[in-house]
Parts: sequence; C-alpha cells; structure tokens
Amino acid sequence: MKPEPKLVRGTPLDEKALKRGKTFSVTYEPRLRYGWDTGQAISRYLAELKEGRLIARSCRKCERVMIPPRMFCERCFRPTDEWVYVKDTGKIFTFSLCYVSWDVRRLKQPEIPAVIEIDGASPGMGILHVVKKIAPGKVRIGMAVRAVWRPKAKRIGSVTDIAYWQPIKN
Amino acid sequence: MSRRKVAVVGAGMTKFMHRALETPKELAWLAAKSALESADMKLNQIDCIVLGSAPDAFDGVHMKGEYLSDGCGGWKKPYLRCYVGGGTGVYAVAQAWFHVASGLFDTALVVCEEKMSSCLPHPQAAFLTIFDHITEQPLKPNLLWIFALEQTRYMETYGIALEDIARVSVKNKRNALDHPAAQLGADLTIKDVLASEVMAWPVHRLMVSPTSDGAAAVILAGEEIARRISDRPAWIQGVGWCLDTAYWTNRDLAYPEYVEKAAWMAYRMAGIREPRKEINIAEPYDPFAYKELHHLEGLQLAPKGQAPKLLADGVFERNGDLPVTPSGGLLGVGNPIAAAGLMKICELFWQLRGEAGTRQVPGKPERGVAQAWGDLMQVGTVVVMGTKEPA
Ligand SMILES: [Zn+2]
Repeated sequence: MKPEPKLVRGTPLDEKALKRGKTFSVTYEPRLRYGWDTGQAISRYLAELKEGRLIARSCRKCERVMIPPRMFCERCFRPTDEWVYVKDTGKIFTFSLCYVSWDVRRLKQPEIPAVIEIDGASPGMGILHVVKKIAPGKVRIGMAVRAVWRPKAKRIGSVTDIAYWQPIKN
Repeated sequence: MSRRKVAVVGAGMTKFMHRALETPKELAWLAAKSALESADMKLNQIDCIVLGSAPDAFDGVHMKGEYLSDGCGGWKKPYLRCYVGGGTGVYAVAQAWFHVASGLFDTALVVCEEKMSSCLPHPQAAFLTIFDHITEQPLKPNLLWIFALEQTRYMETYGIALEDIARVSVKNKRNALDHPAAQLGADLTIKDVLASEVMAWPVHRLMVSPTSDGAAAVILAGEEIARRISDRPAWIQGVGWCLDTAYWTNRDLAYPEYVEKAAWMAYRMAGIREPRKEINIAEPYDPFAYKELHHLEGLQLAPKGQAPKLLADGVFERNGDLPVTPSGGLLGVGNPIAAAGLMKICELFWQLRGEAGTRQVPGKPERGVAQAWGDLMQVGTVVVMGTKEPA
C-alpha cells in the first residue's frame, strides 16, 4: 500500500517568528506614474461636470439614457446617438455606512458611499458617489438627493466637482 | 459535438495562511506536488499546465505567470495563465477542461496561487485599483464599499435580516474547524458575528473573509487515462462562465443574473434540469457572508430571496438536505483569491470520493457544483462534478 499523501503543506509565519528575525524580506516601493486620457465620452462628461451639469448618452435602439456616458452601447453593440442632459438630482439606489477609509484607517464618522440613480437617465442608471449632511442612521434606499457642487472656481473636471450628495428637504 | 470526457484524478493544496514563509513559486510547487502525489503521478505524465492567479498587484511581482511557471511544473510544456479576478480558481478548471476535452492533451495540471501578505501595509490598497480609474477612483473608494452596497441592495429587495446573513459566517467558520488547511475556523454564534466591528454597514468584520497566502492544484485527465489510473475519478460533467457589464452602477445588484447564465451553461452540459433535486453538494463563492446566499440563488439552488430561509431551516448544514460549503469556504479556510476558488474544486473531489474525513457529508454525494465570482462584481464561473461518467 502506498503511504497516505501529505496534502497540506506550508509554513505559517506568526508575529513571534517574525520577531525572532529568522525570516528575511525585501521591500520595494513602485514609483510608477500614469496619465490616463479620458476618451471621447468621459472627456465630455468631465467638461460638463466642470460647468455644474450631468450629461448622459442615449441609444436609439434600446432606448436607454446611459450614465456614465459611453460612445457605444454595450448591449446593442452599436454607436450611441445623442448627448442628453440629465438632472443633478436622483435617488439612493443603495448605500453603506463605511467606517474604514481607503487606506484602512478607522473612521469615527462613517463615509456614506452610495449608488445614486440619476433623474432623467433610464431607470437603474446610477453612479457611485458619497452622501453627506445626514445622520447615518437616517439614510434609506429610495431617498431623494441632490448634488452639492464645488464652487465654480474650484472645479477641475472630475467626479469630485460634485462635493457630495445631500437629501432634498421637502 | 464529439468531445472527450474529462475527470479530476488528483488534488492538493497548501495551508491557507495569513502570511507564509514560502515564496509564491514555492507555494505553487507545494500544491502541485501534493496533487501529483495524490494521483500517484509524475510531472512527465502531465501534458500541459494551466495557472490561475489574480492581480499581479498582490504578490507585487509583475508578469506573475512567467515567474510562477517553474513552481507549476511548466518547464518545457504548453503553459497558459488565465485570470478572471476572484472567479479565476473555478474558471481555471474550465480552461483545463477544454484543453483535454478537445483531445489536444491527455492530462492537465491546474495550479492556482496567491500571496497577498506581500502587499504592505494591507492588500486593501491594491483593491483600490479595481474601480474605474477616471470616474470612481477619485472618490477614494475601498473594496468594502462595493460589497456593502450590493449586500444592502440584496437585503432591501428581499427583506432579509442581518441575522440571516450572519448565519453563513457561523456555519462556514464552524465547518472550517475540520479542514486541515484552514486559517480561520471558529465556533461562533450569530450574536458573536453581529457583535463584531462594523466595517461598512451592513458588513461586520466576521462576515468578511481574510486575506491569505496559499495555493491549490488539481489534475485533469481524459477518459482513457482517468479510467486506467483512478479507481474513483471525479468526472467533470459541466462547465460554464459568464460576464456582466463593467458598468456595475447600472446593474440590478440584488440578483446575479450572470451566475444564473453560467450555471445553466454548466447544467445543460451536465444534463441537469432541476438543479435543486439533482445536486447533492454545493461550494458557492463566499468571500463575504451574503455572497454565499446571493450565489446559491444565482445557482438555482434557492428561489430568489429564499436562501436565507433555507439556511435557517438547516438545509445547508453539512448534514442537511443540500450541504453548502462543507469545506468551510473562504470565510473559514481562507481567501488566497484564485487558490480559494480551486480549493472548492478540491473539496468536491474529496467529498465525491468519500475522502473528506471529518468534513465528509453523509449519504455518498453523487454530484456537486462549485462556483466562483469576481472581476468588478461581474463574472460567474461554474463547474459541475460527479461520480457518474458523463453520457
Ligand atoms: Zn442600445
């Protein structure tokens, strides 16, 4: 009979092993820089953001008004047809209360990332952004929100030209 | 269409660890060696190699495929890396399957490896780059966002309580106590899970799989060889994969339709009409607790929004009617991305052969499904395996 094969191998390192100095590691910090061209659709999107407007693209075939805008419809696989201004209001499609920053710091006050379904675009067409000026416990799916724009002089043609979204008070 | 029947004839893996002494290449070698030993095979009996590994950014080694090739047994052999993010581990088996089913090769060795601990101070920083670089990264998102946003939508759409999500963590981490490779097995209560730190509401710390170092490997063989060298080959009865749009903020999020499409591709191939009745064991992808439920619904193993209820009723326990993630999953065994998906295939192999030891599900399972998921929340990869030779 052949011996039972050893199926599980490997050497876990714990804090003690690391402190004992028996292990070696080499560190490297990549210093790469990129300049991403923003393309036809998103260049226009960013230019409009700088003017304090949201713009979408429509496809005549599937009748969708799409945001973020794109030069081709991924469903019909044909060119999109027209630029369509949409509103800077929308509804919270989904959200989270996030207590961890992008670099894994703990936050006392949570960030509120959300997908905002944009008014004037097709149903379900949302963009990723953040919600502020509301108690975290009060945020709900379906809540109406509006974009709060940075002052015109401070806009740079970025999604961050919208500082955040806040609930529309009735 | 004529194609050769293919079986899994060997499987092995390393321990899944928070941080391993071994290099990525050494991890790949250890897993490959274990798989070869389990099939009583030598590398010269292997015709081609398939490597699955997720973003280079974790290991920090550019062109990781080339770097890993020697550890995978890729010396002077046809060798190809595949990559669909978290979906890679299960997809790699599909890729090896068409290498052999086509008749091009008689055998294939599949190796999946990930070493996430190299990324300092935390691999989170590498996850940032999965978001769209122009329209999303300026918002400084983190990986938790995307899962939390999907979980919120899932819970809201079907009226699911957080306790029902927490139950997945309890089950999987407990199952992992019986897995010799597990990193995070634990005996917990729903209360413990809900008392753990809120990372990104509704996601609590104990609903999140760890980052891990590890590798797994399986060997595929065409029917003639499989019958000759193995007394209990685990036949690949179906494979499927499907990708949804990368415009994830335009998607439904409550239901993974791309998983449904991938599942039906595999089920049709396997001749399965009623998945819930014809599948005995499931290993869906569980990087976050809710994902297991979400995926069970996509896999047609629970009606939409009903997976939490079936879990609460005990259906998915190891001794339940449909054991789900008897391995302990990513939540319990660990999540070295591509290797975690392949670990699920290893588990089906051991379960179908009755070799899963204390993890063995009762009733001699005849057919199982493994599934993984990834890219920008958009890919479903599915493999159906069984004890019966495909027709
Ligand atoms: Zn269209």
